[in-house]
Amino acid sequence: MSVRRGLLAFVATLLAALATLSACSEPEADLVIYSGRSEELVAPLIEDMEAELDIAVDVRYGDSAELAAQLLEEGDATEADLFFSQDAGALSALAQAGLLSDLDQNVLDVVADRYQDPQGRWVATSARARVVTYDPTQAPEATEFDSVDDLLQEKYRGEIGFAPTNASFQSFVTALRVTRGDDAARQWLEDFSALEPAAYENNIAVLEAVNGGDVSLGLINHYYWYQMQQELGAEAMNAKIHYLDSEDAGALVNVAGVGVLRSSEAADLAADAVDFLLSEQAQQYFADETAEYPVREGVESTTYDLVPLEKIDSAPIDLNDLGSLEETLALLDEVGLT
Amino acid sequence: MFAVLPLVYLVVRAGDKGAAFAWAYLRRDSTVELVVRSLALTVTVTVACLVLGVGLAFVTTRVALPGRAVWMTLAALPLAIPSYVSAYAWISALPSLAGFGGAALVLTACTYPYVYLPVAAALSRTDPALEEMARSLGRTPWQTFRSVTLRQLRPAAASGALLVALYVLSDFGAVSLMRFDAFTRVIYTSYRASFDRTPAAVLSLVLVVITVAITMGEVRSRGKAQQWRTGAGAARVPVPLVLGRRTTLAAIGGCLAAALLSLGVPLASLAYWIGRGSSLDLDWSRLAGAGVTTVLVSAAGAVVCVLLAIPVGVLAARHRSPAVRMIEQATFAGHALPGIVVALALIFFATRYARPLYLEMPLVIAAYVVLFLPAAVGAVRASVALSSPRVEEIARGLGRSPYGVLGAVTLPLAAPGVAAGAALVMLTCMKELPATLLLHPTGSETLAIRLWSLTRVGSYADAAPYAAALVLLAALPTVWLGQALRQRLDSTETVP
Repeated sequence: MSVRRGLLAFVATLLAALATLSACSEPEADLVIYSGRSEELVAPLIEDMEAELDIAVDVRYGDSAELAAQLLEEGDATEADLFFSQDAGALSALAQAGLLSDLDQNVLDVVADRYQDPQGRWVATSARARVVTYDPTQAPEATEFDSVDDLLQEKYRGEIGFAPTNASFQSFVTALRVTRGDDAARQWLEDFSALEPAAYENNIAVLEAVNGGDVSLGLINHYYWYQMQQELGAEAMNAKIHYLDSEDAGALVNVAGVGVLRSSEAADLAADAVDFLLSEQAQQYFADETAEYPVREGVESTTYDLVPLEKIDSAPIDLNDLGSLEETLALLDEVGLT
Repeated sequence: MFAVLPLVYLVVRAGDKGAAFAWAYLRRDSTVELVVRSLALTVTVTVACLVLGVGLAFVTTRVALPGRAVWMTLAALPLAIPSYVSAYAWISALPSLAGFGGAALVLTACTYPYVYLPVAAALSRTDPALEEMARSLGRTPWQTFRSVTLRQLRPAAASGALLVALYVLSDFGAVSLMRFDAFTRVIYTSYRASFDRTPAAVLSLVLVVITVAITMGEVRSRGKAQQWRTGAGAARVPVPLVLGRRTTLAAIGGCLAAALLSLGVPLASLAYWIGRGSSLDLDWSRLAGAGVTTVLVSAAGAVVCVLLAIPVGVLAARHRSPAVRMIEQATFAGHALPGIVVALALIFFATRYARPLYLEMPLVIAAYVVLFLPAAVGAVRASVALSSPRVEEIARGLGRSPYGVLGAVTLPLAAPGVAAGAALVMLTCMKELPATLLLHPTGSETLAIRLWSLTRVGSYADAAPYAAALVLLAALPTVWLGQALRQRLDSTETVP
């Protein structure tokens, strides 16, 4: 019987411990943010926000898609006031479900039209560009590339690294479909697949492979290269990057963004928070810390020597056209690039 | 009740667009291919785990092997390694492993202890009298093993194999790192692609049907066989088999290979990443906080699971009525669901009907119950099944009430197995990611959550201490499991 008594005591202690745990982990926050952007990136910025607006902010971190799923399931019962997303797709899904409220026009005016929802329900906070990274000893000719078509050469068989499961790669394929049509996109993917490109888990692994000379070319987002160069030092960095011609899907500029939940009871604070994320201070943070492109005009990175966004952002792709991820995944599945 | 909740949710969601849409989606070629692919992986891993698990269990419990205690602990330890950590270790070392082979390798290496532990426990507890009788009646050792030993192991091996099969079907981390399109990965990507819950719900329902079919298959394989001892009195501890030098070497080689594949590679990779990172930057208080939360929540999950599993497990072992069978299978249905589906179902439920519980620890524990109750039920049932109901009948005959019998006879006899089940559940709770991630109270974090958020941004070096802490914490119950096993073998005194 002593076993049972011991077990009971154990259960009682546990429940008591849990009660204290949940009791003390709840200082009431003024604002709750669901963030699909990682804590490592966003936490310092949130601290600045708390100081600037003099409020207490609680952040729930997660994957953008999973948090969007959660918000769709929670509906009006959510505790979230603000959704900070890694990509535009999750934001448009919430907007279409009627969960986001309209943003103030003076907030939207800060950002170029192409980096916001046409109906003003979400706005970009930073932008990223697709680039080709190359090993200058194996493929110095990469600087001559105009288009992703230039990758389709027999000499690059097995020499191109890419991250098939990465959302940015999939957005690039969507852009390819939007600019060239489904048939031409399928043709490109089939030719690409025939070259037996090397699949990696993520952009960082692709860049490491190019930097180490395992493959000579790679398809990544621009900021990974800048961050790695910063970490290793310019002399130790072997890989270089090249921006394709701005008309090409391979130079797609994509965004991270933010929207206010319709059910928020702190809508004014949430609007202030959006304001803050677009302020010069926050925009400078993105430019200096993450090497992303600020979306507010006139802000330039002081740590990274970024190619100006104006030079690459003329690609004729509307971000709102990138919603057809399902068709893209079906196409990738069809040609066997998963 | 809890176990059925996700099913109701799935039916509601799958019917969102009407039955015609669901049916059309089901009949697509890709859905059929998906079923075939997932089943192929499940069968491969389950068979591999059975061979490896039963083989290791026999060698470590019945053979006079040098360093037997060490091998026993090592054979159970892979349980402490989350499959996504192991998959990452393998794929970062050998990128060409991606696909079916890699997924099968990692899942086998991570899940064979589900077979090993119950089989080893059963081997150490079964009365050698039956085997000795078979030998004395002229059977060869191999015939005895096949006709007597294996038959006695069947309930333990089958419940372990069932857990393996269900684990493989519901695993997300390893298959997605290995880029193998199994059910969970397709459900996840289809969801992410369209933010449309209907196809995901339809696929999840297919997964539930497969699970129920597998569970029923296991129940049938258990059959009407009865596994009791030859008579009353104390069971003796089996005498270890002494092998020739060559066979001993082969046995040691087998143990060593299993340990290298399942432990060596992941640990080497962890060590590499810890070596690469600067541990000076490590926020120790944060690590400790995440560790404490992990232990508290998983221990609570384990206790609640076992308390709920005792009635179901005892019923399942003693009374095989259709109603009992249905209850048992309902608990298993939840187990095959991807964590994200269970989490979404609980969000759906809690935001509507239990708002005060929403995003509080009890909801996380509820998710653990849905996900891991089958593991606890399996452990309870297998250990209750091993003691003869005659003992209980005698106790009843001597005037004990039914509940008195349960407390005085059934549970004490089954206690080691039940405790092992609790340790198992605690381990799985510690490693669980998707449901914990969606349901944890905002502002609190567990080791798995932290590990995930760091690896997501590629900070493998920063993530390594959290992975190491998780493995260490998870190793404690595992080592204890191994030791409990060993003590039972080493003790010369008879067990009542």
